[in-house]
Amino acid sequence: MVPLSWYMLLSIVIFTIGVFGFLSRRNIIIMFMSIELMLNAVNINLISLSHYLQDLRGQILAFFVIAVAAAEAAIGLAIVIALFRNKATAHVDEVKEMRG
Amino acid sequence: MKYYLLIPFLPLTAFLINILLGKEVLREKAHWPSILAVVGSWLVTIFSVLPQVTAGKIINEDLYSWIVSGTFNVSVGFLIDPLTAVMLIVVTTCASLIHIYAVGYMHGDTGYYRFFAYMSLFTFCMLMLVMGNNFLQLYFGWEGVGLCSYFLIGYYFNKKSAADAGKKAFIVNRFGDFGFGIGVFMVFLTFGTLHYAPVFSRVTEMVGQTVNFLGWNVDLPTLIALLLFCGAVGKSAQLPLHVWLPDAMEGPTPVSALIHAATMVTAGVFLVARCNPIFNLSQVAMNAVAIVGALTMFFAASIAITQNDIKRIIAYSTCSHLGYMFLACGVGAYSAGIFHLYTHAFFKALLFLAAGSVIHSVHTNDIQEMGGLKKYMPITYAVFVIAGLSAGGFPGLSGFFSKDEIIWSAYASASPVGKFVWVLALAGAFFTPLYTFRLIFVTFHGEHRGVRHAEHGGHSAHDTHYGEHHIHESPKVMTIPLMLLAAGAVAAGWVGIPPILGGGAHFAEFLRPVLGEPEFHASHAEEWGVMAMSTGIALFGLAVAAFLYLRKTDLPDRISKSFSAVYNILYHKYYVDELYHYTIVKPTLWVADNILVAITDAKMIEGIVNGLPGAIGRVSENLRRVQTGLAQHYGIFMAAGAFFIIALVLLLR
Repeated sequence: MVPLSWYMLLSIVIFTIGVFGFLSRRNIIIMFMSIELMLNAVNINLISLSHYLQDLRGQILAFFVIAVAAAEAAIGLAIVIALFRNKATAHVDEVKEMRG
Repeated sequence: MKYYLLIPFLPLTAFLINILLGKEVLREKAHWPSILAVVGSWLVTIFSVLPQVTAGKIINEDLYSWIVSGTFNVSVGFLIDPLTAVMLIVVTTCASLIHIYAVGYMHGDTGYYRFFAYMSLFTFCMLMLVMGNNFLQLYFGWEGVGLCSYFLIGYYFNKKSAADAGKKAFIVNRFGDFGFGIGVFMVFLTFGTLHYAPVFSRVTEMVGQTVNFLGWNVDLPTLIALLLFCGAVGKSAQLPLHVWLPDAMEGPTPVSALIHAATMVTAGVFLVARCNPIFNLSQVAMNAVAIVGALTMFFAASIAITQNDIKRIIAYSTCSHLGYMFLACGVGAYSAGIFHLYTHAFFKALLFLAAGSVIHSVHTNDIQEMGGLKKYMPITYAVFVIAGLSAGGFPGLSGFFSKDEIIWSAYASASPVGKFVWVLALAGAFFTPLYTFRLIFVTFHGEHRGVRHAEHGGHSAHDTHYGEHHIHESPKVMTIPLMLLAAGAVAAGWVGIPPILGGGAHFAEFLRPVLGEPEFHASHAEEWGVMAMSTGIALFGLAVAAFLYLRKTDLPDRISKSFSAVYNILYHKYYVDELYHYTIVKPTLWVADNILVAITDAKMIEGIVNGLPGAIGRVSENLRRVQTGLAQHYGIFMAAGAFFIIALVLLLR
């Protein structure tokens, strides 16, 4: 039997990798993947706690997260494609029209 | 049906039509709404209001609650009693004739519609002023006519002197109206209402009351009367606020005739007469009214002798005649004052319009450049002489009866200053024909002294006559109103022929319910004596004018040379304008330039107005650097923020 703390440690590790990847990488696709990592770290957390507490609400929430993540990925990738068509790059530093 | 409502509101309608449609639609026909409206008002006055008032019916109705606030309750209401009826006749008659005259005088002017719009607005305000049944409505009309006066004096606004004259009239009137406003407040504080009827019926309640005013205990009736009189002094151009009236001559001549001779400037006299129950309670105020009137009369008449601007002479004459009216009110002879107001409106409007007819044809205001106009403008000359005789008090004409009534009232009244003002009034009776006929003789008699035209150099003998070919009698639209007014200047006074001359003094009789009757302490013999004296003096003045300006035409110059000190003082109008320039205008401008502009405006107001956006600009200048456009920076802020909030939640648990 794997103890709860291991799941949570796994979740923390994946989340931290996600945060670090998001902040350090410049490629927009990699940044997207990092966001997915963070979301799935949360999912692991939710499901392990749901099993531990014998409460199905955590699993339901995890499904919601997956659904939102799918939507987000679809829209995000659409934006990336549009961006790439216009600027021929997927490098975020090249895109700074919003600079004040 | 309240037909009398048509009297003020017809001109208001005409104003609205002209101001909205005049420029684009009516153009050269802009006089039609105004003339129809004012003639309509005149018809209603003569055929609806006058018969009712003569039959003894007094209309006093509140029609609309204007302001209701606690115990302060003012309505728009109308009071039509004999005094109002007289004012209505004066205003609508003069306004009708002057509007018609203006069609000819203003013909082809670029602001034609504007002129008639303002004239209609003026007529509306003047009628509201005289018809109101409370002090606030009086005040509304009072300020309204002041505003229209400003518009019309500055009618030729691209001429600096006209724009300045308009401002001067408005600002000088502020001084008077300030006092008047406080007077109205005092009336409300004392009586709790502003309506004439309750105020005048309870007026004796305030006898003996004193009030603390600026640290002194002042007799209440005196204070209220003097404050109200302040307004009258400003509006009617009495000393020391007379300076605006001569300058107001920058306006078109019909304006001078209507506003600055016949109607608006007499509003002060109307106010004093209307408030006679208040003035009667205070001997001090009465004396002040009489003395201010008498001094102004003498002072303005003496200036008029030396002036050369045809309209300014008549303007000083107006000042002087208004002085007569106040003098009469001041000795308690209100009906004599109103009688003079009534006759003066005709002969003075006539003088102005005749002068306008002259100016229209010779294109100058300087009488020294005229001369010999008699043969070119016979009608204008004839009406000018009639107006002059009437103004000078020639027996049988309007001016004679009213002026004689005033001089007699001053002599016979119980007023402590009666004899003093009587002497000044006699002096005025000498000056009036003198300056009027000086004007007539210099303008119409002798040789033409028209402007020489340099471009025709070499034919100097013909040059003098060059201007003369252009001199012509004015068109009928101008001469017919002149003749009608001349009829008024002759006959208007016949309603007030005193009993001693076989008349019924119907005018005083008509006004008695409102104005009461002065107490006279003199015999019939004295009345004959005073009348003979004033008539003799008037004829002497006329004779002197004829001698100086017809027979010995070189004598006036010699006199002015040998008495140059006196002449200069008079020619420079006693240096009052200069005095005000150095004591009031200059300090005010200094304060404006050095304190208001330099400190209040530049430092305080502009400091706030410019400083606030400046500060916001500087803050945002720095703040916008936060917005780098780099997604990673935003990510870091989000992460840091989330970390901070979670840390906070955990630590504070």
